[in-house]
Amino acid sequence: MNKKLATVALSALMAAGPAMADLVFPSLSYRTGPYAAGGIPFADGYADYFTLLNERDGGIGGVPANVIECETGYNTEKGVECYESTKGEGALVYQPLSTGITYQLIPKVTADGIPLHTMGYGRTSAANGKVFSHVFNYPANYWNGASGAINYLLEENSGDLSGKKIALVYHNSAYGKEPIRTLETLAEKHGYELSLLPVDHPGQEQKSQWLQIRREKPDYVIMWGWGVMNQVAVQEAANIRFPMENFIGVWWSGAEFDVEPAGEKATGYKALTFTGLGMDYPVYDDLKKYVVDSGKAAGAGDQLGTVQYNRGLYAAMLAAEAVKTAQAMHGTADIDASMMRDGMEALEMTNAKMEALGMSGFGPEFSVSCENHGGPGLVGVVQWDAATGAWNPVQDFKPTDAEVIGALIEEDSGAYATENSISPRCE
Amino acid sequence: MFYREAGDFKTSYVDDSQTFPIKFDRYRYYVVLAVAFGIIPFIINDYWANALLLPFLIYAIAAIGLNILVGYCGQVSLGTGGFMAVGAYACYKLMTAFPDVSMFIHVLLAGGITAIVGVLFGLPSLRIKGFYLAVATLAAQFFLVWLFNRVPWFYNYSASGQINAPERDVFGIIISGPNAPAWATYLFCLIFLTASAIIARNLTRGTTGRTWMAIRDMDIAAEIIGVNPLKAKISAFAVSSFFVGIAGALFFAVYLGAVEVGEAFGIQKSFLVLFMVIIGGLGSIFGSFAGAAFLVLLPVLLKLVGVDLLGWPTDIVAHLQLVIVGALIIMFLILEPHGLAQLWRVAKEKLRLWPFPH
Repeated sequence: MNKKLATVALSALMAAGPAMADLVFPSLSYRTGPYAAGGIPFADGYADYFTLLNERDGGIGGVPANVIECETGYNTEKGVECYESTKGEGALVYQPLSTGITYQLIPKVTADGIPLHTMGYGRTSAANGKVFSHVFNYPANYWNGASGAINYLLEENSGDLSGKKIALVYHNSAYGKEPIRTLETLAEKHGYELSLLPVDHPGQEQKSQWLQIRREKPDYVIMWGWGVMNQVAVQEAANIRFPMENFIGVWWSGAEFDVEPAGEKATGYKALTFTGLGMDYPVYDDLKKYVVDSGKAAGAGDQLGTVQYNRGLYAAMLAAEAVKTAQAMHGTADIDASMMRDGMEALEMTNAKMEALGMSGFGPEFSVSCENHGGPGLVGVVQWDAATGAWNPVQDFKPTDAEVIGALIEEDSGAYATENSISPRCE
Repeated sequence: MFYREAGDFKTSYVDDSQTFPIKFDRYRYYVVLAVAFGIIPFIINDYWANALLLPFLIYAIAAIGLNILVGYCGQVSLGTGGFMAVGAYACYKLMTAFPDVSMFIHVLLAGGITAIVGVLFGLPSLRIKGFYLAVATLAAQFFLVWLFNRVPWFYNYSASGQINAPERDVFGIIISGPNAPAWATYLFCLIFLTASAIIARNLTRGTTGRTWMAIRDMDIAAEIIGVNPLKAKISAFAVSSFFVGIAGALFFAVYLGAVEVGEAFGIQKSFLVLFMVIIGGLGSIFGSFAGAAFLVLLPVLLKLVGVDLLGWPTDIVAHLQLVIVGALIIMFLILEPHGLAQLWRVAKEKLRLWPFPH
């Protein structure tokens, strides 16, 4: 009852005094263009979680959250415009869901002192907090993904991949090129043969790539795709009758809308993941009660429980937890961007915490430190079943090749540090 | 009442052939320059610079470049995006290879390198015209983007294939990188734009420009009266590519700071600049400015009105933006096929007689 009263009082306050400070979370979303299929559910999940916090708890630590949406269309120029137009509003953290925009923003946010969280995308070597002070990519990054896929294949082949042929079908952009270096290093280590098949933006034209796959007959195909490219690839794979269980997509290539157009033939397609699946979490009861039933859901409100919606929800939850950490650290409820950065750096996600949020097992347990902005990099594998229309887990969250990835991160972030004359922190 | 030549006596040929022969027009030009150089740098902030003014200035340079080729010399080009990429990558290689050299020199050299590449791809124009030439330049567009994606030397072997502008300065003032102040980046681009416009204006009304226009209007007749088509076409490609290259270098180094060739310099960029030229007005320097302003500022304005003022959902505004800009383009081209520059000319004629039109 008390809580309700507080909420009512708070919402009255909010209505009365728009000048009151709130926690600003800009959402650089894309609901239009060839990548909208992935952008819409993510943006919906991101907005809905903050709506839930406002409706149920009256914000975070008593301060309401304010999500400002800005349409980027996955375009870097519009992304810059969005960043410049929202940063003056007291933005706490940016999550652009685009590797291209991330590369734009890394130097800008560092200069402006606003943290950037690129969950499972962006510049992988930003995991090195010694060089990238304001960029975070926990809980997993692309190189974890690449290594996770190879580890899974190793397990399937009882630890031996030598002589196997693996093809990487990738979006010909900074995003798609990220895993190449890791896969090449791992190829040396495990003795498989890697072939690279770039697909140009937006990815509707893949006939020649799949013709090549048909000719070369690789044992496995790994995909780094996004947007409309995923659906086309799954369809093309079905057309050449490539065995679906040997086709693994990264987490951005593993949502319902990627496989549904191919129908029955998509059954068996696998994808990596770092978040939980479905709606079987207590948090969804609250979402229904406070957000959906009161008509406050973002967008059309029809994305609940889908893979990318869950990712948006997870991203928002991590941001909210970082705010709570920052509030506790600095002893003030109304935090600014630099406190938010400290909160993100001290963030600790435990099973107990996630259970209390009604999201137990939604993501891996991890803690962020000054040196490590990348988290543990635990990767799970899921498989699509068209008959039930659901993704089923086939491998739990498992660690990846930290030795190989650590060396690569050290090398790439070192190059960035010398290029931009950054002296390492955390000493 | 305005724009009247009455009472404005010229006593020398130099006075008579100046760019703005009418006194009112000349003063307006000085006022614009004074505001652009003397007032805006003091009041500019990051949002105005990075979201509005820098893209406008840079696209205006690119539009001037393309206008020389398409509007003045009549050679249709769809390779603008590719040539901008040449400017950007040339600038990147120069910036990383010679970190102590001033940005001014890097940008100019990048323009020069693009001019050479432009001439190479302009050679087919000696044999083919019209749509066929458009296809040849389209090939340049795809080839150049493919090249910068394919050869790691161009992006210094970075893991992602992106190029990132390191921090560089002019006379100690930081121009590129995240710490560059808004006024400095603005002034840097403005100086290039002003110089480009003045050079282009004076080129187009001198001998060079007249030979270009002769080739545009009828190449056989031009050849008969003694215009060398080789020289005219190649020089148009060189000058045009020079400006486009400068625009590409500024686009990468000053405006975006990090660029991925397929996304930033793809075919849609070629079309965007071509639309600017067509909407602004073929064969007009003012038209290049007007076209760039129309296509850069209008979408942002629509977004501000739709999202910030009316509070509509972002996706609806984004869709409406496409509809409105598209409809306006069609409307403009039906009502005024010669572009915004012609509208401006008509407005000036009207203003001259206003308020007594008879």
